[in-house]
Amino acid sequence: MLDPIILLPAAINGLTMGAVYALVALGLTLIYGVLHIINFAHGSLLMVGLYGAFFLHRAGLDPYLALVVMVPALFFTGYALQWSVIGKASHGSDQNILLVTLGASIVIENLALYFFSADTRTIDTPYSFEMIDLGVALVPLPRVIAFAAALVLAAVLWFLIARTDLGRAIRAVAKERQGARLVGIDVDHIFAMSFGIGTACLGAAACLLLPMFYVSPHVGHVFVLVAFTVVVLGGMGSFSGALIGGLLIGVTESLGGLLLGESLGQMGIFLIFIATLMFRPSGLFGSRLS
Amino acid sequence: MNARLVMAAGLAAALAVPYLVRSDFWLGFLITVLLFAVMGMAWNILGGYAGQFSFGHAAFFGTGAYAAAVLHIGFGLNPWLGLAVAALAGGLVALVIGYLSFRYGLRGSYFALITLAFAEVLRILANWAEFTGGGVGLYVPLKVGIANLQFSGKTGYYYVALGFAVLSLAVGWALEHSRLGAQLMAIRENEDAAQALGVDTFACKLKAIALSGALTGIGGGFYTHYYLYIDPGIAYGPGVSVEILLVPIIGGLGTVFGPLLGSAVLHGAGELARRLMGDAPGLNLIFYGVLLIVMVRFMPEGLMGLVWRLRHRWRRVADA
Amino acid sequence: MLEVSGLTRRFGGLLAVADASLHVPAGSIVALVGPNGAGKTTLFAMISGFVPSDSGKVVFAGEDVTGLGPHVICARGLVRTFQVVQPFGRLSVRENVAVGTHLRVADRREALARATAVAERVGMGHLLDRPAQALTVAGRKRLELARALATEPRLLLLDEVMAGLNPTEMTEMIRIVRGIRDGGVTVFLIEHVMQAVASLAERVHVLNQGRLIAEGAPAEIARMPEVVEAYLGHGVAERMTAQAAGGAR
Repeated sequence: MLDPIILLPAAINGLTMGAVYALVALGLTLIYGVLHIINFAHGSLLMVGLYGAFFLHRAGLDPYLALVVMVPALFFTGYALQWSVIGKASHGSDQNILLVTLGASIVIENLALYFFSADTRTIDTPYSFEMIDLGVALVPLPRVIAFAAALVLAAVLWFLIARTDLGRAIRAVAKERQGARLVGIDVDHIFAMSFGIGTACLGAAACLLLPMFYVSPHVGHVFVLVAFTVVVLGGMGSFSGALIGGLLIGVTESLGGLLLGESLGQMGIFLIFIATLMFRPSGLFGSRLS
Repeated sequence: MNARLVMAAGLAAALAVPYLVRSDFWLGFLITVLLFAVMGMAWNILGGYAGQFSFGHAAFFGTGAYAAAVLHIGFGLNPWLGLAVAALAGGLVALVIGYLSFRYGLRGSYFALITLAFAEVLRILANWAEFTGGGVGLYVPLKVGIANLQFSGKTGYYYVALGFAVLSLAVGWALEHSRLGAQLMAIRENEDAAQALGVDTFACKLKAIALSGALTGIGGGFYTHYYLYIDPGIAYGPGVSVEILLVPIIGGLGTVFGPLLGSAVLHGAGELARRLMGDAPGLNLIFYGVLLIVMVRFMPEGLMGLVWRLRHRWRRVADA
Repeated sequence: MLEVSGLTRRFGGLLAVADASLHVPAGSIVALVGPNGAGKTTLFAMISGFVPSDSGKVVFAGEDVTGLGPHVICARGLVRTFQVVQPFGRLSVRENVAVGTHLRVADRREALARATAVAERVGMGHLLDRPAQALTVAGRKRLELARALATEPRLLLLDEVMAGLNPTEMTEMIRIVRGIRDGGVTVFLIEHVMQAVASLAERVHVLNQGRLIAEGAPAEIARMPEVVEAYLGHGVAERMTAQAAGGAR
């Protein structure tokens, strides 16, 4: 049978992977959860971030230092994408947003395929294989860092939305678009800002992810449905929900893989997703901003 | 009268194609166009008429493809019967997915996401199971003969695909002139109001998704016997779901001829891109993505919308 | 025709409708009035199956229809309209109405023919091919009515069909509603416009804060002190203050 000696490390492993999922989902919960922009390009934009960090590393910049470049770079990418493409093309209809972001993801992914080929690339850093002894398990250093970063990012986002003027404007737009327009809020600008901030989170996630993961044009596929699962599970627009949801999904995947074998392990995620949509569409903890 | 004449001429031309087009390449191209016209119509029934956007039609396509492959290879089922079983299997899977989604009132983006998730679950299962050949996939043994749905050239496949395309047009036409079609459009426009007028929205949506799944299943079965190979990535991957949904969106949602037109334009444009810019991987997909965004931005009614507008203008000019 | 007993519905802590009981006799026009937020639309939604009730019973034409789905109740012959009109925007007027006629006929051609007849009955004969989203407010109100009629109901629940109409349109609507009743359809309507209530309804029920507080003929209702206080009190008092303020200027 499975005893704790195997289960515990698997669970911890899952928690650290879950932190990565949470990092990716935090941006999406802002975009999808708060503003209901169904962003299918979320995974592709993560891929863009990963390639950015990859080439910066090749140019001699450590991935963790690359944060300073990639976070603003992806913010502007996201802002521009929402401002110039998604907002204009969707005519305000949910189904069109779905199609436009899908189109954007197809374009971004295949541009990467065209320019960078389908090769899977990894980077080599001195700390990639450094282990931290947590007593019950050895955990690679980059995962510990990612875990801590997920907590910090969730806190930063919460602060941004709950305590700043920009956050108030975003919440106003989310709640009552027409009303927000009437009191003089530039709704299109706020949409683009939210999208930019959500995408900037992917810049952070990419830099934290690269030392322990890989990059390829289709790497986004791994994350896009998982990110939606985390957002729906954690409750739309809830940052703490995304954090807990991400960890939960990571553990599920890890334990599922242990019990059912690697190939079926991922299925647990999708089954959770399906079950959540059916039975608890407001998420496990209820939606914060609805 | 005029329209009937045009359609008869179109059908005659389509029948004559293999005698005029001698190139295997172009026949193959037309087969792809027809195959995706069939599946585009399938998506159109659910997405265009009933307004329920699925991102996981691969679930039906793959199930049809595997049903045809497994039953033929494992049990020696006749491929023609296999196509019928593929339709049945696709319809059945659609019914299950539809029941679970619609029972719990999932609409809009939720419905799109859950269909995508179902397709992914099936992809993982197909990768894992043994009777599907796992990740290696399944090869259909070569044995040419009409009874075996295998032809020495492309012509035979072309006529089969043409037959299904005509069938799909007939289904679309019948739907547009039926009570179910009227009720589906009412659901698309306003579900509450439809319910208030006595429309059993749950049952109607189930019928739509089952019909859509069956037609897509046929497409999957045909794919298996045409390419003689299927694997989990082809069958259940997101690629086929996307290609299927692009077809009616480009052609015109909720129209009879939209999917056929959309499929022709989509694949024609993809081919053109390949000719102009070389055969690099992903190039045609970049084109598809741009086309999708441009269509939604500038022509939300699809090409059929454009056709109607032009015809309207032409008539006004003719009247004056 | 309709027998409602003890119908109750809570939304969270709010009691939207409490223990509502009323009777709508066959062949009559009965009105439900009350201030905004009194629970009138919720009561209609429960009767027509759109909102489940917490307790109570709805008996329609001698049969218990409590808890049935809206489409089932509609098929039995009880149909509602919406206060906020809900047209099938991109479909034409004829196609809109045909969704209703299709409840009784499967054949498309027959359904369209009947839809044409119904649309003409409510004075929309000249708008048959107009898309519903291109109609005026009055046009949409009529369309709402035409679609409901097309289901061949025995009881019609009308939720504020007069709202937003000008006096001429209102007179026309009153004539149409009366014509519907004379055609054998029982009418139960929510209405804010008292003039319409007075000229249409035989009996009036007054709902205030979720409770039915009075019942009677229109003329009697207007004299009951509790009604004046609860219902007219709000609206009239506000209007008088507004007029006074306007006059002072």
